[in-house]
Amino acid sequence: MRTLAELEAVFDSPPPTTDITAAAEDLLRASEEVIEHWVTARGEVPTEDQREGFRLLALHRQGAKGDPSFNACRETCREVVYHYNLVTMEPEHSDITDRLYMMGLVSKHLYLFISGKLQVAGLGEFCCSSKPIRSASESQQP
Amino acid sequence: MTTKDKYKKVAYYPGCALEGSGHSYNRSTKAVGKALGLDLVEVKNWNCCGAMEVKNIDPKIQTYLSSRVMSTAANEMDMDVVMAPCNGCYHNLKKAEYDLANDTESAEVVDRLSKKAGHKTYESGQVETIHALDWIKEAIGEDGLAERVKNSLSGIKVANYYGCMYTRPRHIFPEKDQGPGSESTSKPHFMDDLLAAAGAENVDFPLKTACCGGAHTLSDSDMSTKLVLNILKAAKLSGADVIATECPTCHSGLEMHQIRAEKTLGETVDIKILYFTQLLGMALGLKAKKVGVHENINDSIKFLKERGLG
Repeated sequence: MRTLAELEAVFDSPPPTTDITAAAEDLLRASEEVIEHWVTARGEVPTEDQREGFRLLALHRQGAKGDPSFNACRETCREVVYHYNLVTMEPEHSDITDRLYMMGLVSKHLYLFISGKLQVAGLGEFCCSSKPIRSASESQQP
Repeated sequence: MTTKDKYKKVAYYPGCALEGSGHSYNRSTKAVGKALGLDLVEVKNWNCCGAMEVKNIDPKIQTYLSSRVMSTAANEMDMDVVMAPCNGCYHNLKKAEYDLANDTESAEVVDRLSKKAGHKTYESGQVETIHALDWIKEAIGEDGLAERVKNSLSGIKVANYYGCMYTRPRHIFPEKDQGPGSESTSKPHFMDDLLAAAGAENVDFPLKTACCGGAHTLSDSDMSTKLVLNILKAAKLSGADVIATECPTCHSGLEMHQIRAEKTLGETVDIKILYFTQLLGMALGLKAKKVGVHENINDSIKFLKERGLG
């Protein structure tokens, strides 16, 4: 599993103009690794299962178990998969470069969302970062 | 009484944001309501819904605060429907409704605090909470809207951005995902439907329900800027001229971090940001000022004038 910094570099690199399918594969794999970080941080072993043909969707389901706020990236995961299909099923399409670029943006959103959640691990009831602050102040009380 | 008739007169709960950073949303919602002949009666002496701050300290206090708004509408104003245009308020009122129906401990806390505060306890089911999108979609509908359009939004490509709280978590929105005609939690479309009825061309926008970083905006502004920048870029790549919003937190986040991305990351994305009510208002023939375009941070006046709007 690559580090988060290495993964960010993948999402930030400009989309290639050749070997588009391999680039889409790499974005999908990098998206899986982002969720692997989340799952691992929760003390679990990332699943190798697939859901609807994609490990990314199975990983999302694993990551959301017991943490409903994680569902805020459910559609982003599905969009990553959708764009992966768009790119790999029609690699000769006239908009292929834009399609790959869009897949990169959607994947990066997943990365940003999850890396943000990792930073504020502890997490609020619904996507709010105040709970760690509260927890810290509570632990200081006699 | 049909839903259409029921929604013609609703209790209006603007919430804190619409009195501050989201004032143009408040102005445009009222203006659109008036232009459409819909009656908004502001909830008397309304209070904070509990927002994210209270909810994360004590969720039951948030449930109480939201319940007080609904109690006032039901018991003091005899209203059946509360319309909340802010996604945060809408979400919290729906969550309170769910908690009161499903969690006896929450109901007990709300009852105790209501008695202490000296008002009637809100009973689950007394009012129906709706969003501004439900309000216009049901009370007027696409056909009714199309009939009233004076300045078509034709030629304007719109990325509809719903944000994360309008559809999540699914269990507090039992009316959604009920088949044809209902809103979808995975692919919301009410804003798309209304703006299309006003002539706009909606683009396929993959981040329509993605996080805008609103919750991080104070604790980690750089993260919010990156999230917003990504949304702006995706909307632009989708071919949009405008991002239409329906949440004051998302809207101000998009506007502020669009500028911050320029200043801190040197990245400029030229895209306009407008509330859907502002676009609808101008389609109905209202002036830009009437719908508060001048109050937005993102300057879209020249863009709108070039398209014969406002």
